[in-house]
Amino acid sequence: MKLSRGEKLFDWINIFVLAILTLFFLIPFLSVVSTSLVSGREYALRGLFILYPYRPVLSSYDMLLGQGSIVVNAYIVTVARVVVGTGLGLAFTFPLAYVLSKRRLYGRVPITMFIFFTMLFHGGLIPNFVLVEKIRLLDSFWSMIWPVLINPWWLLIMRNFMLAIPEELEEAAIMDGASPLVVLLRVYLPLSMPVIATIGLWYAVFHWNQWFDAAIYINDPKKLPLQLILRGILEYGTGQYSDYSGLAEMTELTDPPPAESLKAAMIVITTLPILMIYPFIQRYFVRGIMLGSIKG
Amino acid sequence: MQQPLGEQIRVRLEADAPVFAEKKGFREAWRQIKRDRFLYALAALPLLYFVVFRYLPMVGLIIAFQNYDPFLGIGAMFSLENFVGFKHFTNFFDSIFFWNVVRNTVLISFYKLLFGFPLPIILALLINEVRITVFQRTVQTISYLPHFFSMVVAAGIVRAMLTPQGGLLNQAIVAFGGEAQAFLTDPNLFRSILVTMDIWQQAGWNSIIFLAAMATINPEMYEAAAMDGANRFQRMWYVTLPSISFAIVIILIFRIGGMLDAGFEQILLLYSPSVYSVSDIIDTYVYRAGLIGRQYSFGAAVGLFKSVLALILMYMANKVAQYLGQEGLW
Repeated sequence: MKLSRGEKLFDWINIFVLAILTLFFLIPFLSVVSTSLVSGREYALRGLFILYPYRPVLSSYDMLLGQGSIVVNAYIVTVARVVVGTGLGLAFTFPLAYVLSKRRLYGRVPITMFIFFTMLFHGGLIPNFVLVEKIRLLDSFWSMIWPVLINPWWLLIMRNFMLAIPEELEEAAIMDGASPLVVLLRVYLPLSMPVIATIGLWYAVFHWNQWFDAAIYINDPKKLPLQLILRGILEYGTGQYSDYSGLAEMTELTDPPPAESLKAAMIVITTLPILMIYPFIQRYFVRGIMLGSIKG
Repeated sequence: MQQPLGEQIRVRLEADAPVFAEKKGFREAWRQIKRDRFLYALAALPLLYFVVFRYLPMVGLIIAFQNYDPFLGIGAMFSLENFVGFKHFTNFFDSIFFWNVVRNTVLISFYKLLFGFPLPIILALLINEVRITVFQRTVQTISYLPHFFSMVVAAGIVRAMLTPQGGLLNQAIVAFGGEAQAFLTDPNLFRSILVTMDIWQQAGWNSIIFLAAMATINPEMYEAAAMDGANRFQRMWYVTLPSISFAIVIILIFRIGGMLDAGFEQILLLYSPSVYSVSDIIDTYVYRAGLIGRQYSFGAAVGLFKSVLALILMYMANKVAQYLGQEGLW
């Protein structure tokens, strides 16, 4: 089909508007990346309004990731949180989703409602805090795991996926003498791998990005995840961690980076893993948004 | 095949009085539960999670009606002498904070809806019209990116953009001869910053659902419209938009249903005392007065007030959705 002049004009205006919008989405992050590469000397000469540094340096990253730095420690905490939170999350979500996908199960609807209700009504901030305090999880790594172990919405999405697996498969396996456990592990687990991978990725991104629970439950700086160290540096600078990290010693560098560059570098450090697996994230999350309905 | 004895009795009892029928129901239930005992065993631990970490806090809301003392044991939570009825609720309603936090919650949500709701639709319409696949994919990929930043990172980026110490926006203003602004401490600008940040972070992501709705439109509709001489813009306006209007209405209804969540984490990370007057919402007030100020009972009462209102709002939203012929959330 040959395009008329009006159609061409429409296309060009459309592309132009979208390009502007894309810049709006992209520029804030790009400017942070470029700020993180500015050296103290260049800052003194040109001021911080530097779209791109003439001589990009990694001194901010050196300082943040130096030997014994609190940032390195926080990275380990966050990775541990992601691994444990995702592993346990799946270990608890998958069996329950499997059980709820059994149409013959007595009490299936009330149990589903029991779970669904928790999506509509919460105890709220204070009762949750009191609970964590009462069961002695304050200042513990596990305060970032147990309270957010299962996401009910994702549980029901997983169940919906498993509802589509034909029941005849289970019957056939039982005829062949398989025990219920074998049915679960040898029949349903392999068939559910796509949804397990998707929701596993959701849990991983959730745990990487989650920060508020640690902010109220954890005091010991050595137990804080990366997001909280970032928050501290953004709001109060690096000084508060001087007792715990290699940050203070590094300030005696010949060309210490400006404070704004340090903050920017910390933002980049915190986001880097998300960026590195972004192609996967995008594919799995977009797929997930299409899975929705949660009828009992 | 001969049926088992229990089954035969059951069939015979079918015609009997309701009393027997009930008894049968119980036995049959027990038989089924025994048969599926593996499944119940499997569900037990995950369900225990819901009991402990989702329902116990609801029981804990009881402290909203008490003078709860964190140093007393759990027994104190259930002893009658600590009960004060609705005192904390009336204190909240009578306090100078009440109208401020309710107004801020509703206003910030409303502005986010007013400016943030149409943009994903426009974005989806524009993306849908792009004929160059590579460009289309690139725009989508980039527009989703801010959604995956944690709130701390997103707030950090906003701070970096707005800081008077060489933030990009301020330097641009200065370059054009203006004066640097302390954006984040200016009550006149703070809400606009919240709304803009929300759009930046969520508009791309929220457009997905509309793009999905557009993908289901029958291409013949466009061909027919083109035959009738409709140009690209008219096709967009008269074919695409009406075809997704239902999705638009349903999503709008549920956004209104979730109106009391005005963005707790976002505000907590960006606000400061100088902008409390325009940014203190119910959630941040619960956090400050209840948790930081250690008024647990009062905080729980304010939180309960919000939770109940939110439940009612969501229930109404679902009813409206069902009335419009949509299945609804439940």
